[in-house]
Amino acid sequence: MSSTDFLIQGIIKALELILGLNPYILSITGVSIKVSGIATILATLTAIPLAFTISFIHFRGKQGLITLINTGMGLPPVFVGLFVFLMIVPVGPLGFLNIVYTREAMILAQYILITPIITGISLAAIKAVPRSIIETVYTLGGTQKDAVIETLKEARFGIITAVLAGLGRALAEVGAILIVGGNIARTGSVGGIGEGLSETRTLTTAITSETSKGGDFSTSIALGFILICLVLGVNILANFFQRRD
Amino acid sequence: MEELILIENLQKIFGEKEVLRNIDLRILQGEIFAFIGPSGAGKTTLLRILNFFEIPDKGNIKFKEMNPEVINIRRRMSLLFQTPAIFNNSVFENVAYGLKVRGIDKKIIEKKVGDALNIVGLPGMEKQNARTLSGGEAQRMAFARAIVYDPQVLLLDEPTANLDPANVMKIEEIIKRIRNERATTIVIATHNIPQVRRIADRVGILLNGELIEVNSKEGIFSKPKDARSEAFINGEMIY
Repeated sequence: MSSTDFLIQGIIKALELILGLNPYILSITGVSIKVSGIATILATLTAIPLAFTISFIHFRGKQGLITLINTGMGLPPVFVGLFVFLMIVPVGPLGFLNIVYTREAMILAQYILITPIITGISLAAIKAVPRSIIETVYTLGGTQKDAVIETLKEARFGIITAVLAGLGRALAEVGAILIVGGNIARTGSVGGIGEGLSETRTLTTAITSETSKGGDFSTSIALGFILICLVLGVNILANFFQRRD
Repeated sequence: MEELILIENLQKIFGEKEVLRNIDLRILQGEIFAFIGPSGAGKTTLLRILNFFEIPDKGNIKFKEMNPEVINIRRRMSLLFQTPAIFNNSVFENVAYGLKVRGIDKKIIEKKVGDALNIVGLPGMEKQNARTLSGGEAQRMAFARAIVYDPQVLLLDEPTANLDPANVMKIEEIIKRIRNERATTIVIATHNIPQVRRIADRVGILLNGELIEVNSKEGIFSKPKDARSEAFINGEMIY
């Protein structure tokens, strides 16, 4: 059978699995969305206040922090996975958390990966707000808090784009979560395919394992199709907000 | 007229350039004081210092009968920029901004915004997106935003520089009306000499960061004390 046949058969089976709401596929999709969603929320709660602090407050080491954030935007996921793994193993400094091969560990790894991305893009969006807007707030009697609020309003679409970029990166990420999450699914077949229900298996890690098993391309293609739809959806949203900015 | 702002021995340096030096000036309550001078003379920097956007390297500024805290002085002043920054919101929200940050009651805000828009000739435009206004309308809306909370001092930086003659006349009428009706002290930076003739009470000529002459409007135009003042007023370039 040629690669094209595999692809066509895979797409047909993928549609059957998706339209049939296969529990294995659904559970993997659910874990992906949950882990990436929570990591994105936590990263957003850190990144946006951090971006505003850097933009509005002068402090020692500010330039160093910006350099660190810029470096963090290009962190290799595998390295982050290894770093988090070494932190959370029982003998590591965070071993007491007992989160090796859990979703919490995956959230932690994704949080480390995407916080610099959201912060960096938010910083650029805030910087793009004309200085004259902030000066107008002050000259009209506003305080620094008012200036922050007005800047947030002006930069809102850029900041939303930053959050969506973080979510897109988290959804598509594989290296870090594979190391710290272990790609675990409960044993036992569900609906004739896969390995039961996902514990720490996501769309990306499942594609890796299904493909490496050397046969179940249709499941891989189904997972890939869902992943692309999710990432595409996120990017369409990001483009929409960029156009409005 | 009573003295409102006292500037003593003011100096400002940017890098190695002395932008303002030895500025001594008294600005009186309720007057229209115009700074004139060529581009780069230091007019905008002086206004920015008065509104606390720049800190002088030397000298003092005293605001009579004002609480010395920056926020308190700022809340009794307003600075209108040459090109106004418009918030991405309705005309109403833009004009109401200064009142909202002061925690003014909603009904009073509605009345004051309506009154301010009437003064600047933009009645009934509250709901329009402010960023869809023409250049002249935007400047007049910015004027309404600057006067809506009755500032004691209005600082104007080249307020008509980019406007057509009709809008220039409207803005000048607004300036005179505000001074006459509200006794607002108005400090205007401009290089538009005919405009100074039309609206100013007193004039200060800034040249290379130095205030070379302060005089009444009549004095400046009929008997200037400094030969450089005369050259500038007569349209000769002086540096």
